[in-house]
Amino acid sequence: MDVIIESLPLYWEGFLRTLFLSAVSGVIALVLGTLLAAARVSPVAALRGFSTVYVEILRNTPLTIAFFFAAIVLPRLGVQFAQFEVAAIIALSSYTAAFIAEAVRSGVNSVPVGQAEAARSIGMNFGQVLNLIILPQALRTVIPPLINILIALVKNSSVAGAFFVLELFGYGRQLANANGDQVITVLLGTAFFYLLLTVPLGILASTVERKVAIAR
Amino acid sequence: MSSVLYDVPGPKARRISLIGSVVGGLAILGLLAWIIFTLGQQGIFEGRRWQIFTRADVWRLLGNGLGATLSAAGLAAVIAFPLGLLLCLLRISDLKAIRIPTRVVLEFLRGMPVVLMMLFILLGFGTSQFIAVVAGLVVYNAAVFAEIIRAGIQSLPKGQREAGLAIGLTSFKSRMLIELPQAVRRMMPSLVAQLVVLLKDTSLGYIVAYGELLRAVQLMADVLGPAFLFPVFFVAAAMYIAINIAISRLAVWIERRGSKKAAGGTAKADPVAVEAAAP
Repeated sequence: MDVIIESLPLYWEGFLRTLFLSAVSGVIALVLGTLLAAARVSPVAALRGFSTVYVEILRNTPLTIAFFFAAIVLPRLGVQFAQFEVAAIIALSSYTAAFIAEAVRSGVNSVPVGQAEAARSIGMNFGQVLNLIILPQALRTVIPPLINILIALVKNSSVAGAFFVLELFGYGRQLANANGDQVITVLLGTAFFYLLLTVPLGILASTVERKVAIAR
Repeated sequence: MSSVLYDVPGPKARRISLIGSVVGGLAILGLLAWIIFTLGQQGIFEGRRWQIFTRADVWRLLGNGLGATLSAAGLAAVIAFPLGLLLCLLRISDLKAIRIPTRVVLEFLRGMPVVLMMLFILLGFGTSQFIAVVAGLVVYNAAVFAEIIRAGIQSLPKGQREAGLAIGLTSFKSRMLIELPQAVRRMMPSLVAQLVVLLKDTSLGYIVAYGELLRAVQLMADVLGPAFLFPVFFVAAAMYIAINIAISRLAVWIERRGSKKAAGGTAKADPVAVEAAAP
């Protein structure tokens, strides 16, 4: 137990960096994912094709491979990052965007056809239909799965710890190596900080789910 | 291509769409060309770098890595599924004393990064890397399987269980004979989608130094020289993606087949839920 209290500042720093990585990647992924979903249902064939290929490839790539690419292969190819955080954010957000795009797309498909037909019949164009009618409704049904994706993002950010970014997992690993006799305590401490983020998000997801279920 | 989101395009809109497609396509092609050009500047396309794939030992190393990946994933899946069933039964038990602790354990397991569990098992119990990877995957995926199957059981009409109890089955028998088979069938697409996640997560073995595909790539780059990192990485990534896309297609195929024969309680799993299982 003493180990945890002694290294609390390290845990805290790691926790903040995990939070930072997740928040920044989350925001980028949300924007990118929504754009990809919009491209996926758009009338322009090239956009549809690009979005489909992007989502198919990224969704089926292990996250470790994405990180390996961003942190190890890219620098070899001449793309230099000032900090490895940038590589981590690129890997996390491009990976997560694919899942968000899929979730938003299924949300768009879940909005009853009549809604789009009604909007079309009063003369709205594609952009208006999507922005004013479909997306606001779709985002509601999509919020619980989106929160689940964000929970996964928080957990996935642990992979960054293995690619030169000292976040929660990175510090946990360091501390575990430094305190060989108290590995279990140290790692349980790390787990606790992860649960501090994931459990409230999970409760939020199920609450929102219940609320939305009533509204619909 | 008909969609209610926009009108069936007329000649003008078709022309605009065509122009958009051409411009968009050109932009994407331009981006690709730029990437290929940059890669070419780095000398990626020198034949020398790709000639290593004519060597048998390179393929043997990659094959070993792939074998290690697939054996860890296979073993983990085979153990995790029955364990998930068991956890699911405990999670929906009639006894509070069983139900609530199981729920806490499941929440705990699902809220943790898999790689942390692998490290925990590796260092905490001093196991081999293979066992750490498999055990980490088993523990996490059993919890996820349990939740998926529970969602399946809860989506069944109440009458199924009531009928089971009414004809004199015990609670346990009704679960095993009536509810579980339907729930598993209904949730098949989600379960297969979770298999893709499991396979992808074996790559976390790289972090705990298990000799899987990515570790093989790293090893070869170290031995052969950094010049060969990109070709080897490219081939390994292609392998992973090809296998995962194949399994994803299987999930879609099962879903279609399931919804065709609607009689047997269709696999009409909520698409949002299916996708949500994914990352």
